[in-house]
Amino acid sequence: MKKLQYERPVIQRLNVGVMNKFGNKTEYSPVKHIEGNTVKSLIEKFGSPLFVISERIIRETFKDANRAFKTRYPRVQFAWSYKTNYLNAICNVFHQEGSWAEVVSGFEYHKALKNGVPGTKIIFNGPDKSEADLKLAIEKNSLIHIDHLDELYLIKELAVEMKKRPRVAIRINMDTGVYPMWDRFGFNYENGQAWDAINKIMLNDKMDLVGLHSHIGTFMLAPSAYGVAAKKLSDLALEIKKKYKKNIQYIDMGGGFASKNTLKGSYLQGIDSTPSFDQFAEAITTSILNAGFVENELPLLILETGRALIDEAGYLLGTVISNKRLSDGRRATIMDFGVNILFTSFWYDHKISPAQEFSRYTEDAVIYGPLCMNIDVIRENVTLPPMKRDDHVIVHTVGAYNMTQWMQFIALRPAVVMIDTQEKVHLIRSRETLASIEGNEIIPRYLEKFKL
Amino acid sequence: MRLKKNLALSDSGFVFDPSTGDSFSTNPIGLEIVKMLQTGKDADEIKAQVVKTYLIDEVGFEKDYYDFVNTLTKLKLSDGSPEKKD
Ligand SMILES: Cc1ncc(COP(=O)(O)O)c(C=O)c1O
Repeated sequence: MKKLQYERPVIQRLNVGVMNKFGNKTEYSPVKHIEGNTVKSLIEKFGSPLFVISERIIRETFKDANRAFKTRYPRVQFAWSYKTNYLNAICNVFHQEGSWAEVVSGFEYHKALKNGVPGTKIIFNGPDKSEADLKLAIEKNSLIHIDHLDELYLIKELAVEMKKRPRVAIRINMDTGVYPMWDRFGFNYENGQAWDAINKIMLNDKMDLVGLHSHIGTFMLAPSAYGVAAKKLSDLALEIKKKYKKNIQYIDMGGGFASKNTLKGSYLQGIDSTPSFDQFAEAITTSILNAGFVENELPLLILETGRALIDEAGYLLGTVISNKRLSDGRRATIMDFGVNILFTSFWYDHKISPAQEFSRYTEDAVIYGPLCMNIDVIRENVTLPPMKRDDHVIVHTVGAYNMTQWMQFIALRPAVVMIDTQEKVHLIRSRETLASIEGNEIIPRYLEKFKL
Repeated sequence: MRLKKNLALSDSGFVFDPSTGDSFSTNPIGLEIVKMLQTGKDADEIKAQVVKTYLIDEVGFEKDYYDFVNTLTKLKLSDGSPEKKD
């Protein structure tokens, strides 16, 4: 007799309100494949946990965003926000799609140069640009976005010293009706700081003010806030035109569009509540088009969209280590991945799917990672079918920020693979080894030996 | 452990406790175990039966079994008496 597939026995109380003849049906279905590759084969080949990136989803998402803006506005340019995910293979997919690079540190700047992005197509943001960084960026004619007055004065000195006219923009923060306001970056619009910085640049005449930049926040759910920001930047550009007879070449709206993740504590699933690219594009382009620019002087519209372009293309595959019962009776499942590599579980209720068949019975569970720390919680409350040791799961929508903010804590960081548009798998970052971590360590001579 | 005698079971895994009015849902293997407990089978008999029917060894099943039985107690489905041998 052929034996039946085993599933852990479970029983749970039905709440009268949600009771139906099917019992408690799980909202999830098993996901056994990612684009033609079984979860099992991926884990067998590359280990668990494993990040998987879908090149097809990146390209489709990019095309959708690009279409949303280009059908509404004549001049649009995306710049890939390196900090969101700077694995080179991923950056290069965006560069192949036509994205420039947006970087916020010397490290990222060098990465973009090394990937082959021309200096003139690198936007250099952020409060911490060293003198050496700035010299290089001036040399390469990059777009330097000034964050504070100290930087402004330093660039002015370097311009004189290097006998070059740096191409600069200023970062502007403002009240868009969304709180808390991000006012620690750049110059404030409402209190006149921004206009003051503009005057300092224009009157001193050592650099070219080519753009105006804002990045109003991240995971923004209100397209209207972008409408307000675009209006304020357009008004400034028109003021500059009026006072100095100079055209601002571009308006950079930064990033911040929400991805399809579900924010912690949010009642609605991200997939149902996230505005589309069309909604953001409509708000932004309507503001700029109606601001009063002469038709052939419309500024280039730059977007530094990060998470909304990459989140959905990323999956994390993992494996169940153990199940246990907490003192209050709740089920706890321990996975082989924790907040060390899934940093975004602090923000999101990530969707988790089992990667094998299960019956329609489910349990409420807490999902923990393997770190020996209390904060290592992946989901505080999730309804999943019973899983046993060595079963696999897929965590969805993890492409943004995890592969840059991951921590090397008590374990090695996992491999990352990319599935190309022909469903072929490519290793794009190998699993770390002890050597990759210890490579930079130095043991003083006298500490090399010990006896126990 | 022994289960309350008057629990009503349906083949779809629906469990009803007439003494409290509570209802529960269990999966097929859970239902099988509940049925065996109702007929007075003890842990060893249940383990043997499950290992015979399913792709699982005794060690693998044992901890799930005790966890399940604990849950039944927590859900107040046991009649409070200890199992005859265990
Ligand atoms: C200046 C700037 N541009 C773009 C981004 C990308 O933002 P997001 O991933 O929210 O689209 C960020 C992220 O914080 C940023 O600081």
